[in-house]
Amino acid sequence: MTMRRDEALSLLATHCPDDIVVPVFQSAFDWMKIRPHKLNYLCTGAMGQASSHALGLALGCTDQKVLILDGDGSLLMNLGSLVTIGSCGPENLWHFVLHNAIYEVNGEFPIPGGFETDFSSIATAAGFPRSYNFDNIEELRKGLPEVLAGPGPVFVCLKVICGEHYPRNYETIHDARQRASFKAALATRLATSRS
Amino acid sequence: MVSDNTIDGSSIVSELKKARVNFVIALPDIVTCDGLLWPISRDPDFQLITICKEDEGVSICSGLSYSENRAVVMMQHTGFLDSINSIRAMGMDYQLPIIMLVGLQGLEPDSSPNESSKNGVRIIIPMLELMQIGFHVLDKQSDVSSISDLIDGAYKKSSPYVFLVTRAPL
Repeated sequence: MTMRRDEALSLLATHCPDDIVVPVFQSAFDWMKIRPHKLNYLCTGAMGQASSHALGLALGCTDQKVLILDGDGSLLMNLGSLVTIGSCGPENLWHFVLHNAIYEVNGEFPIPGGFETDFSSIATAAGFPRSYNFDNIEELRKGLPEVLAGPGPVFVCLKVICGEHYPRNYETIHDARQRASFKAALATRLATSRS
Repeated sequence: MVSDNTIDGSSIVSELKKARVNFVIALPDIVTCDGLLWPISRDPDFQLITICKEDEGVSICSGLSYSENRAVVMMQHTGFLDSINSIRAMGMDYQLPIIMLVGLQGLEPDSSPNESSKNGVRIIIPMLELMQIGFHVLDKQSDVSSISDLIDGAYKKSSPYVFLVTRAPL
């Protein structure tokens, strides 16, 4: 396994320049630098909740593609959300989990299960019609067009190693101005797409 | 004719509609399941999302609040207690309009929540006061008519709000 997280996210950003994205923790810090955008939803507040926030966005904005960039430790805190999403079946939701087997921002301690946990199989069993695994940047480059085509919900496990460490800017994540900016940008997007 | 010491579930449903609630996020609660959740599940005016754990509901409502949708999360008081960190983050820190309908399972008949012998029930109102989250007790039929205005107010102010259901709606 040689795929760096920042390489994987940079590649994803080329396919999703303007979509709504819900990134968490280190992926959020990386994503803010790799794809700065007003439709980055950074305000998930409590660990583990990104997938549920994203489901709310997807249900409320059915004509917009919503991507989650989840952490493995975060997803473990809210595994039931996979069943909820699988049951709802939002066609506009893509759930990526960055699986590096550690609580990276909490001291790099190993997560339960390490790399043995098969998140994609769990997602399939929870009702996701399509699930994928990638641990190689070239395979991801080839596979992303198929992953992002067609209806969701889609689950994608990216087995990664840490890449460049972008600054951990917690202030921005929790900043009320960021939430207001997201809300305004979403209102504009929805008004434009529905006019 | 509904007497004032009972609650008509259909009147709560009407108030939710009056407040333009179109999403109900729920984990079944024994107090509200028969008289409220089952009727809502059959009502085409609501999109019902059933969840595996109550904090999911808080977060789904948070995501929905950024679009032009209105949502209510239904849960038992035990689920409220289990979701405190999400409610703290989304309700207290971010001041999002998270509307919760909480059944007080185990509350003794004709008792006030603060006097319950059940620890989980007795601590709910003090916790809401500590968290500075507005609440309204639905204990009798005359408590129902203000629901839509209170939900409207919570959305206008962008703040969380809790309805405490003390008895099973009929």
